[in-house]
Amino acid sequence: MSTYSYKDLILFGEGLKVYFSLARSLTEVLTFKKGRNVRAVDGVNIYLPRNKVTCLVGESGCGKTTLGRSIIGLIRPTEGRIYYKPSKELEELMEKEGVPKREGFYDITDVSGKIYKLLRRELQIVFQDPYGSLNPRMTVKEILEEPLIIHGIGESEDERLEMVIKALTDVKLTPPEEFLNLYPFQLSGGQRQRVNIARALILGAKVVVADEPVSMLDVSIRAEILKLMLDLKENRDLTYLFITHDLAVASIICDYINIMYLGKIVERGPTDEVIKNPKHPYTQALLVAVPQPDPKGRWVIKEVPIKGEVPSAINIPPGCRFHPRCLYAMDICQREEPPEYLVGKDHYSACWLHKEKK
Amino acid sequence: MPLLEVKGLKIYYFTLRGVVKAVDNVSFTLEKGESLAIVGESGSGKSTLGYGLIRLVPPPGRIVEGEIILDGTDLTKLPESRIRREIRWKRISMVFQGALNALNPVKRVGDQIVDAILAHESVTKKEALQRAMELLKAVGIDPRRVNNYPHEFSGGMKQRVVIAMALALNPDIVIADEPTTALDVVVQAQILNLLKKLKQERKMSIILITHDLSLVAELADKVAIMYGGKLVEIGSSDDIYTDPKHPYTKGLMASIPRLGGKKELYWIPGNPPDLRSPPPGCRFHPRCPYAMDICRVKEPPYYNIKGVSVACWLFEEKKSGG
Repeated sequence: MSTYSYKDLILFGEGLKVYFSLARSLTEVLTFKKGRNVRAVDGVNIYLPRNKVTCLVGESGCGKTTLGRSIIGLIRPTEGRIYYKPSKELEELMEKEGVPKREGFYDITDVSGKIYKLLRRELQIVFQDPYGSLNPRMTVKEILEEPLIIHGIGESEDERLEMVIKALTDVKLTPPEEFLNLYPFQLSGGQRQRVNIARALILGAKVVVADEPVSMLDVSIRAEILKLMLDLKENRDLTYLFITHDLAVASIICDYINIMYLGKIVERGPTDEVIKNPKHPYTQALLVAVPQPDPKGRWVIKEVPIKGEVPSAINIPPGCRFHPRCLYAMDICQREEPPEYLVGKDHYSACWLHKEKK
Repeated sequence: MPLLEVKGLKIYYFTLRGVVKAVDNVSFTLEKGESLAIVGESGSGKSTLGYGLIRLVPPPGRIVEGEIILDGTDLTKLPESRIRREIRWKRISMVFQGALNALNPVKRVGDQIVDAILAHESVTKKEALQRAMELLKAVGIDPRRVNNYPHEFSGGMKQRVVIAMALALNPDIVIADEPTTALDVVVQAQILNLLKKLKQERKMSIILITHDLSLVAELADKVAIMYGGKLVEIGSSDDIYTDPKHPYTKGLMASIPRLGGKKELYWIPGNPPDLRSPPPGCRFHPRCPYAMDICRVKEPPYYNIKGVSVACWLFEEKKSGG
């Protein structure tokens, strides 16, 4: 289904589903009804090319955070497999332990124990909320030292301190000595997010899931954090999955875009392709809705080509899940789920309209 | 005469750790049917300014100085009882930030709107309910849902209910404090359309408080840029967007991520000031690429440059230079 050449990838997931089961209500139990599921991720293929920024864009509740967490093993997928090309050391160990392999990738979906812990060093996450994701009772030094202690890295406290200082320097919290003994409340939002990034990288991460890392920061400092992340990517050969709801930010920093709607990726491809030549009706609607910094817009009532509201992930509509909101919906859309069609170079869209055109 | 004139307004918070000068000598005017955006980063004092206009500054905050003149009456001089009876909601209403939590979860939305009407007008409950239904219709909600509870609405619809409530007494001015922050882009566009229509059809004045300059362009006729408790630049949105004058405004404009624009990242180095001890002189000088000696010691006055009012010493230079 994909023309991505596997040799360019570092991590990919295929057929991923993540369901959360709901507690059954008393009536449901008494009438022997089956429990219902929230289908947060509902059949997704996602590909992360090495040293590139891949974006996952979608509205709140579309499952983008769940998908992000599942590919680095923080949530076990209900179905589907995740494949990863690890560092040399980890690869040797995986080979020895007989982790299943495919096209040079190791299937990390079910790994546990020692391998999981080593994997944890390479697959990391930066959380959205710079205020809630740092322990308020730990100093910057303690926050950054903790992963080193857990993973048994560094012989002595001095050695670990050196690593912490290096990590702070890498995220441009300089001079690092001044930050070591500060508590999170003494840092600005931007500085906290730098500490978060330093924590994600201190164990030598290869793939970083960045979950809305700048959405809670002020406009004037967002770009500074984004630039830092892009520089770190170049210097350390990192790969990002960048989760955002902001198409404008995505269009600037991402190499590839995945548009997610209600648990499915409806369109994906190189950023410029998707932004300039959107094919899926949902992507087209999103792009129209993005506010533009042009004061002439205030005279225009902007018609967004979409109707209704996002349905709940418990009752996903049959067929194409977007059809109740789609202005172009046809009969087939109500019955059958559309496959992904190749609509441009590396550019896919899951919509029946593309079949018609053929 | 403008509908609203704010003159030299100062709102300070008297905290145990010092006085926070959240709004410091702010002046602007608002005409009938005009939309003004107050733009600033977190902690710039923009929400405090909004609360100040309806005299709802939470303690330990207090209006220290200045005038808020609505149709010739200075609101800072009126007793609270008259503000509550005659001004708040009736003349100036507010769509609060985080409106998704602004509704009472155990009360039908219709009743909540009815309460606002009954508190100000001597109409029967039935008439008030009729009005509530009309208001819901005006904001694009099926009036039959008047008896629903907030949890039965989506985020965007709750936001519409809150806007309907702000319109309940047909005020002259609606203050909208970050009205779309918690909403997705599609819903955000719908809410913006709603505000645009209200402005056109009801000739309502809107004060939009936000940090999002893309949003501002979609609604505001006039833009006031706030930094560290002060307005640094005020002008028509056409002027501010095409030719920003203050270095902070320029920086903000350059930091907006633009869809399909240049793939460059720009930001303003440094952090916003701590309003307990703002920097002396111009509050922006520690982050300003053009800072001069005078900026560090003396606060800049406002210069009128082709209809745009800007507080920056650079324009003194230009004046004396030619």
